[in-house]
Amino acid sequence: MSVRVSLFVTCIVDQLFPKIGLAMADVLERVGCRVDFPEDQTCCGQPAYNSGYRREAAQVARHFLRVFENADYVVVPSGSCTSMITHHYEDLFRKDPEWAERARRLAPRVWEFSQFLLEVLKIDDVGAHLKKVVTYHDSCHALRELKIHDGPRRLLQRVRGLELREMDTAGECCGFGGTFSVKLPEISGAMLQVKLASILRTGAEAVVSVDASCLMQIRGALSRAGVPVQTLHLAEVLASRERN
Amino acid sequence: MSPSSLVQIRQTLADPGLQAAIYSSTGRLVEKRRQAVVDSDPAEFERWREQAREIKKHTLENLDFYLERLEERLTARGVKVLWAKDGGEVVDFVIRLAREKNARLIVKSKSMTTEEIHLTDRLQEAGLEALETDLGEYIVQLAGQRPSHIVAPALHLTRYQIGDLFHERLGVEREVVPEKQTLIARRTLREKFLAADIGITGANFLVAEAGLVVVVENEGNARLSSSIPRVHIVIAGIEKLIPRTADLAVFLKLLGRSATGQPLTVYTSLLSGPRRPGEIDGPEEVYLILLDNGRTRLLADRAKRQSLYCIRCGACLNHCPVYRKIGGHSYPWVYSGPIGAIITPQFHGVLEEAWLPYASSLCGACAEVCPVKIDIPQILLDLRWESVKAKVRENSSRLERWAFGVWAWVMCHPRIYELASLFSSAITTSEGDGWLKSVPAPFNIGPIRNWLSQRDLPPPPAKTFRQLWRERSGGGPS
Repeated sequence: MSVRVSLFVTCIVDQLFPKIGLAMADVLERVGCRVDFPEDQTCCGQPAYNSGYRREAAQVARHFLRVFENADYVVVPSGSCTSMITHHYEDLFRKDPEWAERARRLAPRVWEFSQFLLEVLKIDDVGAHLKKVVTYHDSCHALRELKIHDGPRRLLQRVRGLELREMDTAGECCGFGGTFSVKLPEISGAMLQVKLASILRTGAEAVVSVDASCLMQIRGALSRAGVPVQTLHLAEVLASRERN
Repeated sequence: MSPSSLVQIRQTLADPGLQAAIYSSTGRLVEKRRQAVVDSDPAEFERWREQAREIKKHTLENLDFYLERLEERLTARGVKVLWAKDGGEVVDFVIRLAREKNARLIVKSKSMTTEEIHLTDRLQEAGLEALETDLGEYIVQLAGQRPSHIVAPALHLTRYQIGDLFHERLGVEREVVPEKQTLIARRTLREKFLAADIGITGANFLVAEAGLVVVVENEGNARLSSSIPRVHIVIAGIEKLIPRTADLAVFLKLLGRSATGQPLTVYTSLLSGPRRPGEIDGPEEVYLILLDNGRTRLLADRAKRQSLYCIRCGACLNHCPVYRKIGGHSYPWVYSGPIGAIITPQFHGVLEEAWLPYASSLCGACAEVCPVKIDIPQILLDLRWESVKAKVRENSSRLERWAFGVWAWVMCHPRIYELASLFSSAITTSEGDGWLKSVPAPFNIGPIRNWLSQRDLPPPPAKTFRQLWRERSGGGPS
């Protein structure tokens, strides 16, 4: 199998968490994909769209479409950014039929990382090893807009040495919400504390998610509280190999 | 954000007792609803939601027709149907009628529509005794507060606080057992029901073709309010209509389950008019006041019209992680939670409480449970867009608008974007993997300061992904 995959690593992974992008590339190559990284990529436009700045969001979305519209597949380490492209571009371009059409044509080829593995490649075991107790945080847009629930859990359960322990609020928002986290920081922080307590109750060594943005929020609170619980993107877990 | 909302939010977040009360009460309602959905089969429940949404959509698109039909049917049975443009007209009418009838005491059942127009307060200012008879509303009225939840008005109070309140206001022994507290309220209220001159209720549904006012409740107080006093006044928003009695079934199934997890509420009253000859009870006169109060304005907006589908079940509040932290009193209007966040700006103007459409992480939990499938997150996004357009018109929030303009320009120019990322590493003060608890003063502003107020900040990595990718593909160090 030689599927050609273009990475859209998202601005947050590019700028803050490059290891997640590398891990995703490693996993995709390991399962036989030919991976490229279109260098002109920046952001999907979601921060502006969610803040009400549609004109600015549309500029950035058009840039995204120009960069990616010839890709066979675009794979994204984020449920939120994927959903922006596949679910919200059409709304963003509701008064711009040409770009709405271009967005519609690309959408079926844009995939969140775990969904791409399971639904396009039909792989649930990538040969990963990680001796760790983890808990999985459902990011809101992955869960509710892309209907991603069982998939990442199935991938985690195939990881040798890994134990998945569910938290009681897995599907509740961590409070990030993009600009919400800095527009209404006290509310965002209060929501985060609920999530934090729930994570700690599991006794897990790491929190796993398919969205780096939730992990940034959660890790920020873990670090502030001085709790030695890690945050790992699903790609980082799946990229882990046994070291001996 | 208005200072009063900010103060209320901070107080609520800082009060552990209040936090526990809100979080655990909503949590119980979430769990009851979940169980009710499982019991009725989730696929079936989903079909009900779809059906209910279609009925509401159809009704609101033909509202003029159904309103006239309703008026015709009810008038034929002797109900006096009145139309009110706003709350003031309702209040004036009720006061006038009370004077005409020499009425002193008015009993009221729970109704968000009357809360919306502050009816009880207005009546009391006019020298009438207007008493809330729903237990939660009664408690909230005694406490001099407003409801903090659409379905459970006193959700923010613990039984200990209620015990104190009854002790202070009713002069009874301090009682903390909820059942006994209920008996205390019941004793007081029974006498009032029997002595009342006028009963006021809302309506959960108005059935156009049959000419019915439908009221659902658990305590029987709405039935007493609508049947004992000589005069019964129904106050309902014009959006409460449904076409046929047959359509009622799906709404009753959804409302109880969504609100409290009940397959059906304890009392469902289908009221058709005043007492007829030969009947032994029921009011002698019935008035239905159909209230607009801004609803026709919402109706005109095709995309956001669905906000009027709401059947006031409160499920979106219970499932909202924001509501569950800040509680109902932090919202500026009687409608709180996600539904409040979308209807308040539509009724009062998008810049009036400009923070409301932004008081959401867009997590989507509300839309997932809404019994009539209102796309609340999408409406929030639309309202944010309107808010920005209004800011452009008024030339306000200039810094934010400028920042998004620059941001978009950078994001459309990959080379500049890459250069800009180099600057961010200047913020770093520590080497290694440690997250930042603070940043040097010049950077500790705006979003960064707000971020750091709650959690640590990731240090910018030594190299961005694109730099690492070039090294990886170019055979550089990996």
